[in-house]
Amino acid sequence: MFRRTDPPDCTIVWEGRELPARAGESLAVALLAAGITTFRETPVTGAARGPLCLMGACFDCLVQVEEAQNMQACLVPVTPGLRAQMQHGARGFVEDAA
Amino acid sequence: MSSSGLFDVAVLGGGMVGSAIGFGCAERGARVVVLDEGDVALRAARGNFGLVWSQSKGDGMPAYAAWTRQSVALWPALAERASALAGRDVQYRAVGGLTFCLDEAEFAARQLFVQRMHNQGQEGLQMLDRAQLQALMPGCPLGPEVRGASYQPADGHVDPLTLLRGLQAGMRAAGGVHLPGAAVQAVEPIAGGYRVTREDGSQVEAQRIVVAAGVKTTPLARMIGLDVPVRPVRGQNIVTERLAPILPLPASAIRQTGDGTVQIGVTSEDDGSFATATTTAALATMAARALRVLPVLAQARMVRGWAALRPMTPDGFPAYAESTTHPGCFVATCHSGVTLAAVHAGPLAEAVLAGVLPEHARDLHPDRFVGMTHVSSH
Ligand SMILES: Cc1cc2nc3c(=O)[nH]c(=O)nc-3n(C[C@H](O)[C@H](O)[C@H](O)COP(=O)(O)OP(=O)(O)OC[C@H]3O[C@@H](n4cnc5c(N)ncnc54)[C@H](O)[C@@H]3O)c2cc1C
Ligand code: FES
Repeated sequence: MFRRTDPPDCTIVWEGRELPARAGESLAVALLAAGITTFRETPVTGAARGPLCLMGACFDCLVQVEEAQNMQACLVPVTPGLRAQMQHGARGFVEDAA
Repeated sequence: MSSSGLFDVAVLGGGMVGSAIGFGCAERGARVVVLDEGDVALRAARGNFGLVWSQSKGDGMPAYAAWTRQSVALWPALAERASALAGRDVQYRAVGGLTFCLDEAEFAARQLFVQRMHNQGQEGLQMLDRAQLQALMPGCPLGPEVRGASYQPADGHVDPLTLLRGLQAGMRAAGGVHLPGAAVQAVEPIAGGYRVTREDGSQVEAQRIVVAAGVKTTPLARMIGLDVPVRPVRGQNIVTERLAPILPLPASAIRQTGDGTVQIGVTSEDDGSFATATTTAALATMAARALRVLPVLAQARMVRGWAALRPMTPDGFPAYAESTTHPGCFVATCHSGVTLAAVHAGPLAEAVLAGVLPEHARDLHPDRFVGMTHVSSH
């Protein structure tokens, strides 16, 4: 669907799978370039969703980055080796942080 | 659908009040047109908190308290119809409603208020101490400062945007016409009714007129010979990202919506200004209080903040009247249009068609404002 204008220079890990990426680009762009379109399942109906605005406004690109849930993938810059996975449903709370 | 010919009812204003009345009239067989402004409009209908709420309503005005209770009683039926008409659940949940008290002084003050409301006929309203609150909401991570709350089992909440959509869809499904996009500029009597002129030059004729223009009610009411002072009272809101369920009951100024977002409110800024910007200071104060209720919200991200304007009369209670100089012309305004949607779509719509205001609404005539200087927000 999307074609890269610059070559990848590192890898990230998405759902346990290594994908090519470019440091400094947004995580959303890296995933789209790798053909990933389903970023999350909504809390309301469980429907699959992916990025819409790519500029931080729509909140449709939510993913889990390392331990942090509900991160906007379009606002997270890629760093080599970054680990991310789909956001399933609503964000939970970290028990001991309360 | 044609917007020409003589309508039975023209509703001026398509917010929460006008949409409910328009729906109710259309459902009763009247030929209805709802005239509304465009997307620039100041619409509390699109910016409110979504509580269907009786516990704080009508202190010192029994007619308003009774009118509110009547609406709460009619709400389950309205919710069912509005959901069907909107094509999705309006998420009306009458699970009971709370007003949290965060220290001894707040608890004592609320207790006095509850006693006063009780003396004025409010049933069911009670104070819960912390232990009772915890028993009511097991697992809810209440902050250590929560001393207790007032609790009204009949109260609840709703998704106000889906409600508005349902009311407007119902009005159209019953043959009504929705004409947004141009403000009403003039109303003049013609043979058998009234002619309404809009800012785009278009005209609509109707036998009956209902002014339901929210914070802009005063100038439109004047066109039908009624003096109804309404001023804007700003309320700011915060909504968080969607979260796993943490707060099973809605509360004054904090509720978790059916979709999982936590809505945090809400200021009452009575400065006469029609501005709808948010301020960092107000949002910070609201967030700080919400954190005292549910400290776990410190982990939550805010998604949006906004401000909207409540239509407020001099004594804070609703105003309903038929004009004596312009028979067949009515005004309806209130600051709890979500809660009152069920009586607006029911008995009030019926009254517009019959020409006789119902019990309770009759006692809320704007004549009482004459010479009133004291202003308060209920
Ligand atoms: C922050 C906030 C929180 C609230 N929380 C609650 C709550 O929890 N529960 C509750 O019951 N209520 C709540 N309310 C109040 C509720 O939203 C209002 O009572 C209700 O929306 C009023 O309905 P209305 O139709 O009078 O005004 P609005 O909904 O504001 O609509 C007025 C309409 O009139 C139109 N209009 C104005 N002038 C003209 C003109 N010249 N020509 C044509 N159209 C015109 C406007 O475009 C607008 O569409 C809240 C309000 C605010 C601001
Ligand atoms: S794509 Fe819209 S917020 Fe990320």
